[in-house]
Amino acid sequence: MSGAPLIFDRKLLRIRQQRARKLEPVTFLTEQVAQDLAERLRAVVRAFPLAVDLGSPGDTVPHELAEEPAIERLVAVKASAAEPGCTVVADEELLPFADASIDLAVSVLALHTVNDLPGTLVQIRRALKPDGLFLAALLGGDTLTELRQSFALAEAEIMGGVSPHVAPFGDVRELGALLQRAGFALPVADVDRVTVRYSSVFSLMHDLRGMGATNVLLERRRQPLRRTTLLRMAQLYAEKFADPDGKLRATFDIVWLSGWVPHPSQQQPLRPGSARTRLADALGVVELPAGDKTGR
Amino acid sequence: MTTSDSPADSVDPKLLEILVCPVTKGPLEYDAARQELISRAARLAYPIRDGIPIMLPEEARRLD
Repeated sequence: MSGAPLIFDRKLLRIRQQRARKLEPVTFLTEQVAQDLAERLRAVVRAFPLAVDLGSPGDTVPHELAEEPAIERLVAVKASAAEPGCTVVADEELLPFADASIDLAVSVLALHTVNDLPGTLVQIRRALKPDGLFLAALLGGDTLTELRQSFALAEAEIMGGVSPHVAPFGDVRELGALLQRAGFALPVADVDRVTVRYSSVFSLMHDLRGMGATNVLLERRRQPLRRTTLLRMAQLYAEKFADPDGKLRATFDIVWLSGWVPHPSQQQPLRPGSARTRLADALGVVELPAGDKTGR
Repeated sequence: MTTSDSPADSVDPKLLEILVCPVTKGPLEYDAARQELISRAARLAYPIRDGIPIMLPEEARRLD
C-alpha cells in the first residue's frame, strides 16, 4: 500500500463507534446529511441500479434511499457486522469491489476518518462503472474549531504544552483537488456549515461520544484528561464562543464531494483551435491581432 | 430497492458477483460448504457470517 501517514487509530474508532451504538446514539447530524444526500441524488436524472454506501453510521442512509426509484439495490459497507443494515464488512481503505462493478457510491460522515483518502478515492473511482457517480459528505473545514482552540489554550496554560484533541480536517479546496487527482470528471466540492448550539461543553462532548466521534488520533495524549484542564477548557469555550443568550456554538462543516467516472457522453473541453465562431463576433467587439498590447 | 432480502444465512449471489479480494483486487472462489470466500493470490479465506461477507484481511483464515 502507499506510504500515507497514519493519523487515525481506526481500531479505536471501531471500538468508539460500537460504544456509541450501545450508549444512546446521537444521530441528528447523520440524519440531516442523509436527507440532503437523497435530495442531491433526486436532482440527478439517471438510474443507479447498484449503489454502495461506504461506512455511513447506522442505517440512516439505506432508510433515506429506500424510496428512491433510481436505486435498485444498495450494498451497505460497514466496519462491523453488528452495525444495523450491514451487507458487507470492509475497511474503506481496502475496498472489496471489482473494477467497474457499481453505478453509485455514497458516503455520509465517514470518510474524514480515513488515513489514506487519496487511495480510498482511487479505489472508489475504479470500482465505479464509466459514468458512475461518487457523492459523499464528510466533516471538514472548521469543524469543531471552537473545541480545538479551547483545548489548545487550556492545555498550554495548565500543562505547558499542547496535544491534539480534535482531528485535522480537510480543506474544501484540497478535497476538491483530491477528486481530480483520483481521476474523477466534473469534480465538485462545496461546504454546508451547520452550527449547533449547546448549553455547555459537556453536552457537546456527550453528543460527540454518542456519534462515536471522540478523539481517535494516534498522537493523542494517552493519559486521561486532567480535570483541571477539562474545566479550564470549558471555561475558555464559554468565554470565547457563547451567543448573547449564553448558548455555546459548535461548528460542523459538512464538505460535499461529487465526481463522475469519465465517459464519452460527458461534457468535454474542445480541442484548442477547433472553434468555428470568433469570440469577438459573439461579444460584438473588434478583434485585435494577437500580440497587440491593449489599453496602452 | 432491496437491501437484504435473502435468508439470514445465505449470501446474496448478486453481491458475490462484484466482490474481489480487498488486498489483491483479484477474483474470489466461493466455498458454499465452509461459507468462505477464497483469495488464492493473497492465500486468505474470508468468512461469511450470517450471510455477511467479512472482507477484512485480519479476520480471514490463512491458507497454507
